[in-house]
Amino acid sequence: MIRKLFAFHGGIHPPAHKTESTVRPILHAPLPSQLVVPLKQHAGEAAISIVNIGNTVLKGQIIGKPASIMSAAVHAPTSGTISAIEQRLVPSADGHRDVCITIDVDGKDQAIDFKPYPFEQKSRHEVLEYLQAMGIVGLGGAVFPSAAKLMADHGQPIHALIINGSECEPYISCDSMLMRERPDDVVSGVAMLQRLCDARNVMIAIEDNKPEAIAAMEIAARKHGGGFQIVTLPTVYPSGGAKQLIKLLTDIEVPGGRHAPEYGVQCFNSGTAYSIFRAIALGEPVITRIITVAGNVRTPQNYEACLGMSFRELLDLAKEESDTDGHIVGGPLMGYRIDTPDMPLVKSANCIIATSPKLFPPAPPALPCIRCGQCVEACPADLLPHDMYWYAKSKNLERAADYSVRDCIECGACNYVCPSRIPLSQYFKQAKISLAEQDRSAAFADASLQRVERREERLARLQNEKTSDVSSQKTTSTHAETDLKNAAVQAALARARARRAGQNDSTS
Amino acid sequence: MKTTAITGKLSVTKVMFKVMLGLVPGIIAYVYYFGPAILVSLAIASLTALLAEIFLLLIRRKPVWPFASDLSALLTAWLLALSMPPLSPWWLTAMATLFAIVIAKHIFGGLGYNPFNPAMAGFAAALIAYPSPMSHWSPPNEIASTRVEFRDQLNHIFPEFANKRFVIDAESMATPLDTLKVHISTKEKIDDFSYMPIFGKLAGKGTEMIALAYLLGGLFLWQQRLITWHLPVAFLATMAGLAEIFHLIDPTKHASAIFHLFGGATMLGAFFIITDPVSAATTPRGKLIFAAGAALLTFVIRVFGGYPDGVAFAVLFMNMCAPLIDAYTIPPVFGRKPKKSTAKAAP
Repeated sequence: MIRKLFAFHGGIHPPAHKTESTVRPILHAPLPSQLVVPLKQHAGEAAISIVNIGNTVLKGQIIGKPASIMSAAVHAPTSGTISAIEQRLVPSADGHRDVCITIDVDGKDQAIDFKPYPFEQKSRHEVLEYLQAMGIVGLGGAVFPSAAKLMADHGQPIHALIINGSECEPYISCDSMLMRERPDDVVSGVAMLQRLCDARNVMIAIEDNKPEAIAAMEIAARKHGGGFQIVTLPTVYPSGGAKQLIKLLTDIEVPGGRHAPEYGVQCFNSGTAYSIFRAIALGEPVITRIITVAGNVRTPQNYEACLGMSFRELLDLAKEESDTDGHIVGGPLMGYRIDTPDMPLVKSANCIIATSPKLFPPAPPALPCIRCGQCVEACPADLLPHDMYWYAKSKNLERAADYSVRDCIECGACNYVCPSRIPLSQYFKQAKISLAEQDRSAAFADASLQRVERREERLARLQNEKTSDVSSQKTTSTHAETDLKNAAVQAALARARARRAGQNDSTS
Repeated sequence: MKTTAITGKLSVTKVMFKVMLGLVPGIIAYVYYFGPAILVSLAIASLTALLAEIFLLLIRRKPVWPFASDLSALLTAWLLALSMPPLSPWWLTAMATLFAIVIAKHIFGGLGYNPFNPAMAGFAAALIAYPSPMSHWSPPNEIASTRVEFRDQLNHIFPEFANKRFVIDAESMATPLDTLKVHISTKEKIDDFSYMPIFGKLAGKGTEMIALAYLLGGLFLWQQRLITWHLPVAFLATMAGLAEIFHLIDPTKHASAIFHLFGGATMLGAFFIITDPVSAATTPRGKLIFAAGAALLTFVIRVFGGYPDGVAFAVLFMNMCAPLIDAYTIPPVFGRKPKKSTAKAAP
């Protein structure tokens, strides 16, 4: 459908490398002998284990319950026996370990009784709790618990529901293959989301380099008859960034630190819509996901694999070449390198790329910035990366914040275009982390100050009560003293507030 | 580790190479109208720049290959040679280049750290130290009374090696801009001396064609997205606007906008000099201010100052202002623009 689009500034056109993995249909990866299921596969709090070593579990059985609203359940992807609950390496940018539940697979693949959920008869709140219990999280990469996203009330009706099928990062093709092969299911999931958001306007956005997915979704949407618009986007990275996509479709710019629903827009990944369909129509929790195995492999391919299966097994299925020298989880622009592929598949992993010196030549040493402005032209957040770089590099956080480093979406477009090959966004990420730490310690200092203030008041009150019987003159003087003290405390507080306000102002 | 595993094709070397490519039409026109001497100047400047660059990288203990191969020193050398009189003696070209590379570039930290445009710094140093040879320009071939052969040009560039008996005094003369200035200062009216052979259809004979060639090369840089429109457009528009205002006030004393656009170093400046990103402003609004300021100063120096042209001093002065301009012209970022749609949707 033709729809007026509102181009965002910047963006890049890297080679897509999608055809390699889209010539073959999605394959079901065979059951491995062991699954390692991390309890934290989502943004927020880790799920709480409710099984013990030695327990037998069935496919779809809940093994980790959500710790809070900012959490999601974790399920056994197949039947077997719990053999360990321990810290294991999990896919992450910083290479940390996390609690994982190891399941020795029995091969029977016995499932609990999957029952469709009577969606229409339930209240919105009940449905959201159900989605949380089914482990539904955003599958576009941020793995934000979908229930939390839908539950938050921003005092604003949702006028637009955007389904993100842009998949703008090179190599990744799991969403487009999903939309090509199972468009009806995705559309059903979209319809459920529409009901949950109460959105009038539903747009399913797909980049124009995925004509098969667009065609399939057009047919499915027409069949469904819900009036969903399939919007064809120009192929430009990062059109799939939530804020860039919202800008493209609605001309609304959601500032850094704010959320789309505050502006009446909800945005979900097409894979998330699909998993919602599975959870409601089939009663199946999130126990598998589709992942693109690409790069230095003989048969680049999308696999539908059990969560917890190791990347190494997936790479073996795709016949990894022998000159592989590393692996990237996610795409080549926003993904992260992992030290070893002996890590479990998690909900956030949409792609694993085997690298070789030929496919991904090591970056030459960075030259000094020549301020050529290519990064300014490429930045989709309208930042000045070349100026921010000086301050981020020299750890001048205040100035980096003045240049709105917090608004950097770390898309890597600046790194891509930089003729000096400076890993700009890595400096920005570091600056953002440091600024967040600073904010936290400032908040802590504020809280401490308030505690001191309350204590002073309490002491002063006690003192007053004690001295109230004594002569009036004395009381007055104590009052004066207390007032003085209070004034000092108030002044200190005001100073602290002003300082914080100043910091906040400088970023806005 | 978070990573960007793929990169685009642009490199510093490519940037510099393309800019040099953009200069080629101008160089061809130069050779056509003024003879091949400019090629010798280019060679002298290039050789000096490369040797100085390598030497300084060595004593600064920097990796030589990645820096020496970035072509930035060569580009500086070319811009400098193209700015100087083509028959400048070799030592003057070499000295100016040394100043550009050693003082203006490496003393300040090398590639990416120079606050001043190195080529213009070298040019200004030469102009101040040796005003006489820096004002010996040669006439274009078509109006020279005796055709100056390449051998004669060489004799001028390398006077030490010249066989004195065969030296023909090549004519040296002022530039069209200089001629204009001198004649106006003697209270002559422009119409009374505009018949002089040095003036062409647009500005100066020969030089106007070189300026056109620079314009062509500049458009190539823009098409290649190495420069944005802001700097050249603001520079040329300000220059044309100022010239036109003065021309309208008193056409007998002030040349037309066309003359100022195609005379002197305007075109070279607009597309190749003020666009040196290291020393220029980089924000969109900052670029407009920077270029307009440079054009204003150039015009003031040209018309009211003591030098026939003013691009070098104007650019150097604006270089000083660039950090300040940038700091005050930070553009609003995504979602923080004063715009109706965002404001309306905000709760």
